[in-house]
Amino acid sequence: MARRQARRRRNNVLRHAIHRLILAIPVMFGVVLIGFLLMQVVPTDPATVRAGPTATPDVIEAIRSDLGLDQPLYVQFGLYVWRLLHGDLGSSIINNVPVVQELGATIPATVELMVASLFWSIPLGILLGTLAAYWRGSLLDRAIMAISVAGVSVPVFFLGLVLIWFVGFQWQLLPFTGRAGPFYTPEGAMSLILPAITLGGVFIGPVARMTRTAVLDVLTADHVRTARAKGLPERLVVLRHALRNALVPVVTLVGLQIGFLLGGAVVTETVFSWPGVGRLAVGAILSSDFPMAQGCIIVLSLGFILVNLAVDVLYAALDPRVRAA
Amino acid sequence: MTDDLLRIDGLRTVFRTHGGEIAAVDGVDLSVPRGRTLGIVGESGCGKSVLSLSVMRLVAHPGRVAAGHVALDGRDLLSLSNAEMRDVRGSQVAMIFQEPMTSLNPVHTVGFQITEAMRAHDARASKADLRDRAIDALKRVRIPAPERRFDEYPHQLSGGMRQRVMIAMALACKPKLLIADEPTTALDVTVQAQILDLLRDLQQETGMSIILITHDLGVVAEMADEVAVMYAGRVVERAPAGALFGDPMHPYTLGLLGSVPRLDEERENLLAIEGSVPPPFALPKGCRFHPRCPFAVPECRSEQPPLRPIAEGHQAACLRAPVEAFAA
Ligand SMILES: Nc1ncnc2c1ncn2[C@@H]1O[C@H](COP(=O)(O)OP(=O)(O)OP(=O)(O)O)[C@@H](O)[C@H]1O
Ligand code: SF4
Ligand SMILES: [Mg+2]
Repeated sequence: MARRQARRRRNNVLRHAIHRLILAIPVMFGVVLIGFLLMQVVPTDPATVRAGPTATPDVIEAIRSDLGLDQPLYVQFGLYVWRLLHGDLGSSIINNVPVVQELGATIPATVELMVASLFWSIPLGILLGTLAAYWRGSLLDRAIMAISVAGVSVPVFFLGLVLIWFVGFQWQLLPFTGRAGPFYTPEGAMSLILPAITLGGVFIGPVARMTRTAVLDVLTADHVRTARAKGLPERLVVLRHALRNALVPVVTLVGLQIGFLLGGAVVTETVFSWPGVGRLAVGAILSSDFPMAQGCIIVLSLGFILVNLAVDVLYAALDPRVRAA
Repeated sequence: MTDDLLRIDGLRTVFRTHGGEIAAVDGVDLSVPRGRTLGIVGESGCGKSVLSLSVMRLVAHPGRVAAGHVALDGRDLLSLSNAEMRDVRGSQVAMIFQEPMTSLNPVHTVGFQITEAMRAHDARASKADLRDRAIDALKRVRIPAPERRFDEYPHQLSGGMRQRVMIAMALACKPKLLIADEPTTALDVTVQAQILDLLRDLQQETGMSIILITHDLGVVAEMADEVAVMYAGRVVERAPAGALFGDPMHPYTLGLLGSVPRLDEERENLLAIEGSVPPPFALPKGCRFHPRCPFAVPECRSEQPPLRPIAEGHQAACLRAPVEAFAA
């Protein structure tokens, strides 16, 4: 009986996920369209970039028709989407490497960085926020809130530079440029530490603050009083009846910070020369490498949508009232 | 009166506010006979909930119990350690609240919340055993299809069903005392009657004592063996139910009885007494009821009348009680 109920619960969550996934399709299309249009309004001409500074006008013209740039916009877009659906995002204007290949090489680095950052910062932020809420008004509360405010006001690049300067450069404790390998190799893990501290570090403050607010809110709820009246120890009252409920708004709020996190990833990758999608995007934009930049935008947006989807599903899994709807 | 399960003596519960300390409960003496029901009545804000939370030692910050004794079976609850008190909660004294909609946790199943209460006092019980006991408890509060309800969430239940779940949970560990703080106020009339019936039957079955808090005198008349009337943090009259309704002695009680609400009308409109309960930070000197008392005399402004026996088993806190004297 309990098992059947559990299965029904899982099915509900699954249905919810599929529903959201379908809703994400038009959003994805919009992202591709906007990414495409953005590249049209940039004043630089891809054909000129491709041709190099010494090219004659006919050469540029030839390249233009070669790239399909003389076609009407909707044809260009249709062609772009058609290729995209076949996994073809074109090639770099600069070095002719296929965009997909370049993305394939950088995506794991970015995912690794994000996961490593969230892996420690979210639990720590939630722990600090919960402690601050439970002991609200105490010295501990004020200390945690001071740290989190400081954390919010420190820009990512500043934290990164400070860590590089002291930990990497002065004390020579950890590597601070590039990715020495995948995270499961010792060198790779070492090189991941400073970037993950940097990106996670700026995330702790917001998570701690949101958790504190949410837990404070729940702690005064009637059902918490009920939990105490049952004779539950405080530890369980806080974990099962305050924090567990507070996670619902916390997950939503954390979800709203995903854009902030992606921005932070771009900066972190740049500061630490981390070979991820963010750094690739910055390089592509600076060198007017249009196909590459477009590919990066699509991947970053897709990441954004997928993480939002994950948040949504998690939200449904946490709140039975959402699941039922 | 040797067979009292609970005795409250000189209980005083204060809240720290920016205007200084205020006493929401101020020198209350009460007792609850074993296997019987004590009804506590009084208008909103007179301290009924604070009193019951004080017994459970669940008064939230910035409140605290400042003085008095609460003895359950002769054991002073106020001097227990936190761990000992936790053991008392749920297993010896249980509580149900006014708001069945919010008193259950929305993210856990009904079954989880009931078994959790059992596990808190019996760590060794097996999962299957707990489940059986919880379904039993749901059956006892007459919830249809208890096996299915066990796995449901509170939002899938109606208000009346949720209050039944609260009762099942409260009774899961067979407490000696159940404190019901306005258990039916939020429910509609037919459901109200069902819940009260249920409480009465369960009391017969288990022999537990009940403190029933309400501002509905009709409910008290129907349910209570003893009645205490509270006003502004104090008990102003105490008597067996028959005596209180047949022969009220305090002017406040008289006023309340003059305003027994009819079920089809708004309660507030029917209070025959002018004005409202003074808040604890603006208590009048002397008898706290004097600004609203039609029988007040000048002495009432200076002297706070203690609760004193007027007749056998009947106490009132009024300088001029019994009230028949006023008729003269
Ligand atoms: N957290 C608090 N801070 C300050 N004062 C409080 C607090 N809680 C209660 N009080 C005071 O205690 C008094 C009694 O409140 P209580 O909730 O016990 O009333 P009640 O008799 O249960 O009323 P109701 O019928 O509305 O439930 C209130 O008038 C209020 O001034
Ligand atoms: S003491 Fe005086 S004011 Fe108070 S209830 Fe009695 S008659 Fe009224
Ligand atoms: Mg109340």
